[in-house]
Parts: sequence; structure tokens; C-alpha cells
Amino acid sequence: MGILQKFKQMFSTVPMLGWFLGIFTAVLIEYFWGYDYISYYLGLPKIPVLFGALIMLKEPVMIPGALAYDLVVYVIPVLAVAKLSCFITNPGAALLEKLPLWLSAVIHLVCFYGILHLWAGINDYRVLVVKLTLVSIILTVSINVINGYQGEFSCSHPGFMALGAYVSSILTLILFTNDKIFGTALLPPALGPYLFPLVLVAGGAAAAIGSLAVAIPSFRTRGDYLAIISLAFMFIVKSAVENLNFIGGARGMGGQPDLAPLPVIFIWTLLCIWVIHNFVTSILGKALNTVRDDEAAAESMTVKTRKTKMTAFMFGAFWAGIAGGLFAHVLTYINPGMFSINRLAEILAMVYFGGLNSIVGSIVGAVSINVLGEALRPLELFKWIIIPLILIFVMIFRPYGLISFTEINTKKLLQAKHKRQQGVSP
Amino acid sequence: MTALLHVKNMTHFFGGLRAVHNYNLTIKPRQIFGLIGPNGAGKTTVFNLITGVYTPSEGEILLENQNIKGLETNEIAARGLGRTFQNLALWRHMNVVDHIRMAHYAQLDYGLFGAFFNTRACRDQENQVRENSHRLMQLFDIEKYADDLVTSLPYGAQRRVEMARAMATNPKVLFLDEPTAGMTPDELVKMIRIIRQVHQDFNVAIFLIEHRMKFVMELCEQIQTLVFGEVIAQGPPEEIQNNPQVIEAYLGKEDMT
Repeated sequence: MGILQKFKQMFSTVPMLGWFLGIFTAVLIEYFWGYDYISYYLGLPKIPVLFGALIMLKEPVMIPGALAYDLVVYVIPVLAVAKLSCFITNPGAALLEKLPLWLSAVIHLVCFYGILHLWAGINDYRVLVVKLTLVSIILTVSINVINGYQGEFSCSHPGFMALGAYVSSILTLILFTNDKIFGTALLPPALGPYLFPLVLVAGGAAAAIGSLAVAIPSFRTRGDYLAIISLAFMFIVKSAVENLNFIGGARGMGGQPDLAPLPVIFIWTLLCIWVIHNFVTSILGKALNTVRDDEAAAESMTVKTRKTKMTAFMFGAFWAGIAGGLFAHVLTYINPGMFSINRLAEILAMVYFGGLNSIVGSIVGAVSINVLGEALRPLELFKWIIIPLILIFVMIFRPYGLISFTEINTKKLLQAKHKRQQGVSP
Repeated sequence: MTALLHVKNMTHFFGGLRAVHNYNLTIKPRQIFGLIGPNGAGKTTVFNLITGVYTPSEGEILLENQNIKGLETNEIAARGLGRTFQNLALWRHMNVVDHIRMAHYAQLDYGLFGAFFNTRACRDQENQVRENSHRLMQLFDIEKYADDLVTSLPYGAQRRVEMARAMATNPKVLFLDEPTAGMTPDELVKMIRIIRQVHQDFNVAIFLIEHRMKFVMELCEQIQTLVFGEVIAQGPPEEIQNNPQVIEAYLGKEDMT
């Protein structure tokens, strides 16, 4: 405990900008020397993709090498640069503090994206993992609106996702590709990237309309009964798609144009987080919490509970639809099996692991479950023992999830951290 | 003076049970009106009927000469009936300032679009609500708890949060369902002071259910006694105090033999 505290104190003076600089250095080291020198001398066959987790689990002989690689490439440079650059990053952060908050946030995000892009670009597999993780973040944050903020137990998220995925896929196939089913492209494929946002929004809208099938019963029932209704909705969507032959039925549907590169997904994820954050911190969004905690009191305090419930479902479903559309265009193939009970388990695990009623929690949950899922892949069956075990422990010690009931405090996150402040606050 | 709230011949059945029978009420502006009666007399049912939790089987409810019977509860609340609950109905995962903020719901008009994109209208209105909330919290002496979860507050403070929340809806008539239940003597004194002050500052009529006779007699201008869903007596405190029917309902009939 003592060491950890000392460690924490030692790095308490590092602002966000300093961490970015440290990580940037690490990524640069990996980019330039990772393959040619470091992994070569450590006897690794290639650059460890996810911090060596895959190699370590596949070939235990490699464990020392992979750990050494992590130490040399990530741990030491990040910590050293973050700590040593304090004298320059702190004034830098102080300078940014003088700008409007949104501008400072945008600058930080651009830096963050730059680093992420460089890191992911080293390996194709990493790009895919990062893309799917970002899509999961959208899914988790959006299901948090329904299951966390609104407090229903809705199981229909994969259904909403499927609606979004199929509607947007059909649109892009009709509009931008020469396809066996839908014939030649109606529009020049070059327009694809520009019209893709509209296609996604159409997918989201379809999901939002579909969500009425769950939202309207929610006026009269909640808890277990609504969970069953929403579960039924998910299976109805899945079976409907399986039996519609013109969109591929159970064989699925492929050939979507690759319209979802990393920057596009990153921007959509940010947009999703921003909009949902705005919503849940406004009074109209807090109304979801009042309906969850005491509906009768909410009604008596002038809250329109029906409208609130409908908003929550349609809004959550809209973003699930967007996530579905992005998902379809990342994999460029979808089939109904992808939007079934396995996906539901994954989404619910992410949201309940991360924390209810919290956007930060959702992001943490989505990232950790996704990365963990990828990293533990070599364990095959045991992966599905380890992840549930972690979930069970989280539920025992933190029943509402790791980081629940907290909102993002952008200002605090980005501010400069001076030594003097440290002396004052305990 | 015209009546602010007028209830005419309200009757309500729960299945075959007649909970309220032929109930009449006239509250004038700025009046403090008390409703007393033994347990199970239907006092809270009267509250629920007027505020729209149940729709009365028969009768009429007029607020400023406009019919509010049959409207949704939230609409009735927005028209100017604020209330508190007998067994505190606070939102247990929310902090105090959010409680007060939430009650401004009907006074906002920036719409969902404004909320999603944090438009200027949204920011301006939210800031105004925040200011107003702090003013209310000061008045009700709960400002020091602003960022605490309501469940962590002492009982008396929770009651005050409920009242502050009801006042934030900007009511014309404030319904208080046993505002002093379970309070310590200290908190009771504070409550009387606060109710007086609210009455003075907000130009509001108050309709309250209460069991502590001293409290009712001290505060109310008019008192109604309800027994088995029927009003058996109505009048100023001194009259009610000495009304034999009321004494009988509360203490039982004296054996004359």
C-alpha cells in the first residue's frame, strides 16, 4: 500500500498533457525500433500486438521476453517522460487552461487521436481491435442511458443494433456498390464517404422507431417483465432477418463498402459521448433518474414520465443503430447470428462491469472487456470462465459497477497540476 | 374573494369501497388550510385525488376556475399544485441540488434538441434554474447539503428537501402531507418557521394534513375534519377544538352512564 501511495504521489504532478507526451514517446519508440531492434534482441517473432498478452498465453517461453518488451517500450518511457517533462507540460497545460474549455478539450482530443492512430497503425489487427472497441463504447454508453440512467433492464440492444446495421448496409449497398442483389450503384461510389453519415442516421432512426415496440410496453410495466419483452424483441428482430431472403437470411450479407476507417469511427464515438453527456447532465436527462428512483414523485414534480421513457428508449436505440451501422461497415459482413444472445451478454457485461449511471464507467467497461476479450483469446474456453469471474467479483465489491454515478469533469481532467496545489489539498 | 382551488362534490370508489364521499373544499388565495382526521379517514386519498394520482369517480375540481379533473398528474402539477409525500418520496440516487433542479422541469422550453447539443438557450435556462435552486436551498437551510446524496441527510433535512422541491415547481397551492411526521421538537420549530416564511414569501396557499394538534391549531386559518371519507366539521381552529363531533371522532364517545 505504501509503495502504491508513494507512486501515486510522485506522479500526481503530471497533467494529462504529460501523459500524452509519455505515451507518444513510447509509441514512437515502438514505431521506429520496435521490430528492428527491441523485439529482435528479445527473441520475439514480431511486435507484441496487445502488450504481449497473446504471445505470453500462446507460448509461455516468451513470457520474459514479452514482459521485457513492455517494460522497455511502454512502462519506462511513459513514466520517465511523463515525470521528467513536467516542467514543460505543466506550463503548457496552464496555457491551455486560459483557452475556452471546449478548445482545450479539442486540442487534447486531437493529440489523443494522433497517438492512437500511430499506435494502431503499427499493426492491422490493432486497427480492428481499436475500431471494435470504439463501436463497443458507443453501444455501452447508449445502453447505459436505458439500463443505467433510466433504470430499466432492457435486453433489446442487439436488436436495435441489428436494425441499424441492416438498414445502413442495405442503403450503402443500393447506393454505392454494384451488388448482386440490389443491382448497380445508384450514386457514384466516390460520394460514399460524404453521404455515409446520413446513411448511419437513417439506420439509427430505424432502430429508434423499432424501439417503440419496447418503449410503449414500458409505460405499464418494468423490471423482469420489461426484460422479457425486450428479450423477445431481440429474438423477433433476429428471426425476422433470418427469414428475409432478399437480405441474405441466415447466410448474412456482405460486400459493404469500407466506409468506416478509424477517424470516422473516432469522430462518431466522440459525438455520441458528447451528446449523451449533454443530455444526461441536463434537466431533461436527469428526468430519467427521477423516473428510475420514484416515478410517482417524478409525476408530481411536473416530469412528463411517458415522454421521458420514450425519449430514453428512442435515444439509446438511435445510438445503438449508429453503432450497428459502423459495425457492419467495419467488418463489411453481417449475419443475424452476430446480433443474438452472445452480443447481449457482451454488452450487458460491459455496462454492468463499467458502472451504471456513468459515462466514464461505460467507457472503462467497454475498453476493458473488449481488450480483455481479445487478450485472453488464446485461452479459448477459459476466457469465458475468467471474464465472468471478474464480473462476479466486481458485483460483490461494487454492486453498481466499477465507476458508477460519476460524470466527466473535463476541467479537472485537463488542468495543470502544480506542486503548490498538492500541499494544500490532502 | 374568489376561490383559488375549488372541489365540488367529489366522490371516489376503490372497487366497492367508498373512500371519499361528497367532499367539498374551497381554498382562498394565501389561505393555510388544515385537514385532520383519524387514521384511515381518507386524508391522503383526498390529496391524491386532487393532485391527479387517482381520477375521482364523481365531482369537479377547479383550479382558478379551470377544470383540472382527469388531467395527467404532471400537468396538474405544472398548473400549480405542488405536493410533498407522507413517506418521503425522494430520488435516492440523486443529490440535493439535482432534486431542486429537477422540479423546474415544466418551466423549461429548450426541448430535446437543446439538451442534446447544449445550445445557448439550454445553457441560459439551466443557469437560471441553478441560481433559483440555490436561493431555494438557502431558504430551506439545506444549502450545506447541496452535493450530498439525499439518503445521507438527517430526516428533518430530507423533509425540507421535499418541501423545497415542491416549491421549485412554482405552485399556487402547496399540499403538505404530514410535514412534521417523525420530527424532533427542534426540527418541528424550524418547520413551523419555514412554513410561515414560505407562506409569506411565495404568495402561496397551503393545504396540509397533520396529526399534531398544536401545530395545526397554531398555523391554520381553516380546518376540516374528515372521518370515513366524509367531512364532519369545518371552521376556524377554536371552533374545531370545541366541536363535540370532532372530539368524539378522535377520543371516542364518552359513556354517559
